[in-house]
Amino acid sequence: MWEYTDKLKDHFFNPRNVGEIEDPDGVGEVGSLACGDALKLTFKLDANGRITDAKFKTFGCASAIATSSVLTEMIKGLTLAEAAKVTNKDIAEYLGGLPEQKMHCSVMGREALEAAIENYQSGGKKKHELEGNIICTCFGVTDKEIERVIRENNLTTVEEVTNYCKAGGGCGGCQGEIEKMIEKIQPDEIKQAPLTVARRAGKLTNIQKIQLIQQTINEQIRPALRAHGGNIELIDVEGNKVVVAFRGMCAQCRLADFTMKDVVEAKLRGRMSSKPS
Amino acid sequence: MRTIYFDNNATTKVAEQVFEEMEPLFCELYGNPSSMHTFGGQSEPSEIIFTSGGTESDNAAIKGTLAALPHKRKIITTRVEHPAVLTVCRELENHGYTVVELPVGKELPVGKQGRLDLAELEEQIDDDTALVTIMYANNETGVVFPIEKIADLVADRGVIFHTDAVQAIGKIPLDLSKSNIDLLSLSGHKLHAPKGVGVLYVRKGTRISPFMFGGHQEAGRRAGTENVPGIVGLGKACELAAKNIEQENNKVKKLRDKLEKAILENCPDSRLNGDKENRLPNTTNISFEYIEGEAILLMLDKYGICASSGSACTSGSLEPSHVLRAMGIPFTAAHGSIRFSLSRYNTEEEVDYTIEKMPGIVNQLRELSPFVAT
Repeated sequence: MWEYTDKLKDHFFNPRNVGEIEDPDGVGEVGSLACGDALKLTFKLDANGRITDAKFKTFGCASAIATSSVLTEMIKGLTLAEAAKVTNKDIAEYLGGLPEQKMHCSVMGREALEAAIENYQSGGKKKHELEGNIICTCFGVTDKEIERVIRENNLTTVEEVTNYCKAGGGCGGCQGEIEKMIEKIQPDEIKQAPLTVARRAGKLTNIQKIQLIQQTINEQIRPALRAHGGNIELIDVEGNKVVVAFRGMCAQCRLADFTMKDVVEAKLRGRMSSKPS
Repeated sequence: MRTIYFDNNATTKVAEQVFEEMEPLFCELYGNPSSMHTFGGQSEPSEIIFTSGGTESDNAAIKGTLAALPHKRKIITTRVEHPAVLTVCRELENHGYTVVELPVGKELPVGKQGRLDLAELEEQIDDDTALVTIMYANNETGVVFPIEKIADLVADRGVIFHTDAVQAIGKIPLDLSKSNIDLLSLSGHKLHAPKGVGVLYVRKGTRISPFMFGGHQEAGRRAGTENVPGIVGLGKACELAAKNIEQENNKVKKLRDKLEKAILENCPDSRLNGDKENRLPNTTNISFEYIEGEAILLMLDKYGICASSGSACTSGSLEPSHVLRAMGIPFTAAHGSIRFSLSRYNTEEEVDYTIEKMPGIVNQLRELSPFVAT
């Protein structure tokens, strides 16, 4: 059972401001049924540009519902400029804290608020769009969003990033990329993770090479294929040529050629050519 | 507030008779059975290895079989196994083993999902296959696989067969002396014995390498001082289960059916998950569209009703139950799935109370949901 604060439980069992405002000034919709949570936020402004009313509708767990409920309370009375400064941390703190694995609920709240403000500023035309390049295909999370949660919450591990924005929490195939992003954004916070296969003077022995290939397949390639019912097997290594076989769904998939090029080759090249540590 | 416990596939209460049997073993008869005094006692080496529970039994069966057959590199299992089997197999894949995870029926109509295609199993067994491991009954949906048939089929091909019977023991009559099952895992705390004790049944003549070293207990197959109170408790629990299995299952099944029927009728957009015919008598898994499982559980908890969910949020992972997804249940329905698992200690009054509360909970959460038009 999760450890929820009394305030969170109160907002879950007695959610405030449920519903949709008729003829709203701003609408923000984020998440989806498939992702496991979704939030629709609507607000109304008064003559001075302050939020007079805010309402929500949420599909999701107790903390998703409670964060939505407190968000509507927090933003009432704020100008849009003030509301735009609300961070996911503020939302979590307002609730007296959230379990680590539930931090993504607070991020969803902040995203919905931003989307609603954007929607207002574009005269009600603009719908929430993803910015940047998608890194996590399972949950549709972009590099911009990942970078933002890393910076705003001072995150240093992939696990934390997953807790905050879900990225990496599906098939796990993008965890390597997230790790690279953390290393780039937070160079002072983390120690460079050493490659587990020791290298000598830049050149790999055959055994080391095979180990590294197997490890790359195990950690970065197989999880991505597994998510679609597929699998991969390392058959042989001849010099710089790696022979693999697709199994399961991949074996009969028409897109297998793309998977081979974009996933398997790319990941192997990326890992094998990285500088010796 | 009273507690209505409908989460018996997670763990069960220890039966009073079991506790009475165990009690003297803590402060009075606490000798070590390996010691050379009568206070200790004796144990007979047999086809039974006592373990710490289902997870250890599964680990020992799979790793022990592979270690005893080092020349074979293939394991066949299913996509819906308990993590104690599935995660072990996937980890072995990283060590060079080939793992085949058999799919379960997806296209079948609701009420028949989750069946296994035995022809596919037969096709997959080859000379490289060391082990077939398939669960007896599924913990999430209660779906029962035709294990005796599978055991015969696997035995015909000369391959070792293991079944995780943690959910089936005490609910389905089973005679191992007439069966082709080579290895079987069971866990005490699923059948009203305490936590921390389980069994790995190893059919006479089945080769299995020990997985825990450091002592001669269990004929050298599982080192470590025996959990005597636990073992005695498990013995008593099995005795009780065997005595009452038919009568209790009729009672439990009746309660389960009543609960299931009423919920499906009274809650719109709800659906049953899994094979309705081949199912444990105590389990029902129902999905409620447009709402999320954890939220439902907390609402139930407010009324003292304990159940569980296959939603992502409940587990702390981000993806819903692998069992429901393997059965082709859409993500949307998997997120809103609730499992009620009953036991002989449940009453009709508890079922009626839950039937009364459920529609209100579902409606309350649907009012919050952006996917329901109001």
